[in-house]
Amino acid sequence: MIREKSVVSRLFDIGNYLFLFLFGVACLFPMVHVIAVSLSNRAASMGGFVTLWPIGTTVQNYIEILEAGPVYRAFLVSVTRTVLGTSINMALTVLAAYPLSKTSEELKGRTVLMWIVLIAMLFNGGLIPWWMVIRNLGLLNSLWALVLPGALPIWNVILLMNFFREIPKELEEAAIIDGASYWGTLYYVYLPLSAPALATLTLFAAVFHWNAWFDGMILIMDNAKYPIMTFLRTVVVDLNLQILTVNMDDIYNLSDRSIRAANIVVATVPILIVYPFLQRYFIHGIRLGAVKG
Amino acid sequence: MAVAQAERGVANEALLRRARIRNYMARAWPLYAMMALPVIQLALFHYYPMYGVVMAFQDFNPGLGFGGSPWVGLKHFKFIFSNPDFKNVLANSFIIAVSKIATLQIMAVSLALLLNEMRSMIFKRTVQTVIYLPHFLSWIVLGGILLDLLATSGMINRAIEFLGFDPILFLGSNSWFRPMLVLTNLWKEAGWATIIYLAALTGIDPVLHEAAAIDGANRWQRIRHVNIPGILSMIILIACLNLGNVLQAGFEQVLTLYNPAVYETGDILDTYVYRAGLISARYSMGAAVGLFQSAMGFFLIVFAYRLATRYAGYRIF
Repeated sequence: MIREKSVVSRLFDIGNYLFLFLFGVACLFPMVHVIAVSLSNRAASMGGFVTLWPIGTTVQNYIEILEAGPVYRAFLVSVTRTVLGTSINMALTVLAAYPLSKTSEELKGRTVLMWIVLIAMLFNGGLIPWWMVIRNLGLLNSLWALVLPGALPIWNVILLMNFFREIPKELEEAAIIDGASYWGTLYYVYLPLSAPALATLTLFAAVFHWNAWFDGMILIMDNAKYPIMTFLRTVVVDLNLQILTVNMDDIYNLSDRSIRAANIVVATVPILIVYPFLQRYFIHGIRLGAVKG
Repeated sequence: MAVAQAERGVANEALLRRARIRNYMARAWPLYAMMALPVIQLALFHYYPMYGVVMAFQDFNPGLGFGGSPWVGLKHFKFIFSNPDFKNVLANSFIIAVSKIATLQIMAVSLALLLNEMRSMIFKRTVQTVIYLPHFLSWIVLGGILLDLLATSGMINRAIEFLGFDPILFLGSNSWFRPMLVLTNLWKEAGWATIIYLAALTGIDPVLHEAAAIDGANRWQRIRHVNIPGILSMIILIACLNLGNVLQAGFEQVLTLYNPAVYETGDILDTYVYRAGLISARYSMGAAVGLFQSAMGFFLIVFAYRLATRYAGYRIF
C-alpha cells in the first residue's frame, strides 16, 4: 500500500472511516434494537424508550411465546423443511449437474437436455398456473408443497456443472481405467473434489429454505403447519395476535411490541448462528458464481 | 452376387450399429438414470405450469381443469390492456425496479471503492461482516422491524416529533412509499452487492498503483484512473445483466411493506397477480397478467444476456 501524508488525504481517511462506520451501524441497528425491545418490559417498550439496550430486562416475553406453543411448532416445521428441502435440493443438483458437465460425445442428447433445463430457468408459467398445478398434484397444505416445487435450483445446477467441468479430465479417466462406472467417478472423484462448492451451495439453499415465507402463505392453509417465517408474517405484518396465544389476558400483560420483537429474534437466531460459516464461503461463492470469462 | 454382398454389408452395418449403441449404453446408462429425477421434477413443476398458461385463454374453472375449461381467446388480455389498473401496475413495476437497480449499483460501486481505501484490515473486515448481514435476513424479519420503526408511533417519528415536526406516514403515503422501497432495498442489499466489485478490485495489479504514484498521481487520481477503469468491465457486465430485471420490482419487499393506501404508487405486477388471481380467485385474469410478465421477463433476460456477452464477454457456461 502506498502511504500518503497530505492533509486532504488524511481528511478523506477520517471521512471515509466515519461514513463506513455509520453505514455499518445503520445495518446493525435494527437487529440490535429488536433484541433490546424483546428483552424489555412492557412499559418501557410501549413507551418507546428502548433503543439499543433493554430497559427493565426480562425474559418473560420469550417464556410467554414459547409456552403459548405456535412459535415452537412453526420453528420445528421450518427445521424439518430446511433439512428435507436442502437435502433434496443438493441431491437433485448433483444428479443434474454431473451428466450435464459431460461432452455431447459422452452424453448423447446433452444439447436437448441442456435446453430443457435452460428454458425452465428462463421462462415460467406464472404464479397462478403454478399454484393450480400444485393443487392438482394434491400437495396443498402438506410439507411437500414447500420442498418439491423448488427441488431443482437450476442456477445452482449451472454453477456446479461449471465447477465439475474445471476438474481435470485425467482424474476421471484414471478412475475409469481402474474400472469405475460413472456412479463411482461421481462419488469418489467429483464429489470429494467439489466439497467446498457443495458446502457453499448447501448453506445458501438452507438459508433460502429458512427464510422462505410466501410459498407457506399460499400453499399451506392450516396455521398449525406454517413454517416460521410465514407464522412470523401473521404476527408482524397481519398483527394477528390471536394465533399467538390462546389466553387473551396474557396479551394485556405483555406489550405487542415486545412480543413481536421476541418472535422476530427467535426466527432469526438460526441465521445468526450459521452466518459466520456462510461468511467463510462468500468469496468462494462469488468465484463459483458470476465471474467467469 | 453383388446385391447379396451389399445386403450382407447393410445387415452387418446394422448389427455393428446396434452393438455400438449397446456398448455406449452399457457405459453411459448411469448418466441418463441420474437425469431421470431432475427431468421429472422439471416436467411436474416447470413444464406442467407452462402448459397451464392455457388458462389465460380460457374462463378457467378449477372443477373442469386446464383441459375442460371453455376457451375464450384473448378476452382476458383485452380486459387487462384496457384496464387502467394494469397500466398503473406496469408503470409502478418499471419505475420501482429501475430506481432500485440504479441506486443499488451506484451505492455498491461507491462502497466498494471506499472499502478498498481502508488501511486497517480489522476495521475493513468488521464493516464487511456487518454490511453483508441484512442480505441474509428475510423480508419478513426486516419488514417486521421496519413496520415498527416507521410507524406513526415508531422510533423515527418520535425523533421527528422531538425535533418539532409533524410525524410522517412513511409507508402510508404515496409520496414516501417508493423512496422507502429504494432506501430499504439499499440498506438490505448494498453491502452484499459490493462483494463482486471488491473481488474485481483485488484483481488490479498493484504495479499500476505504484507506477501512478511515481508519476505523481494523488489518491483521487489513482481511484479515478486506476481503480475505476479496473472494475469498469464488471460495472458494465452487472448493468447489462440488470437490464433483464427492469420489471422485477421486488415482490417480497413490496408485499411485506405495502398496504391499500399506497396501491397507487406501490402496487406492482406480482402483487397484482397475487391479489387478482389468488385472493379474488379471478384465475384466468391473474394468469394472463402473469403470462404477460413471464413473456416480457423472458425477452428482457435473453436481451440482457446477449448484451452482456457482446460487451462484457459474459458466458453462463
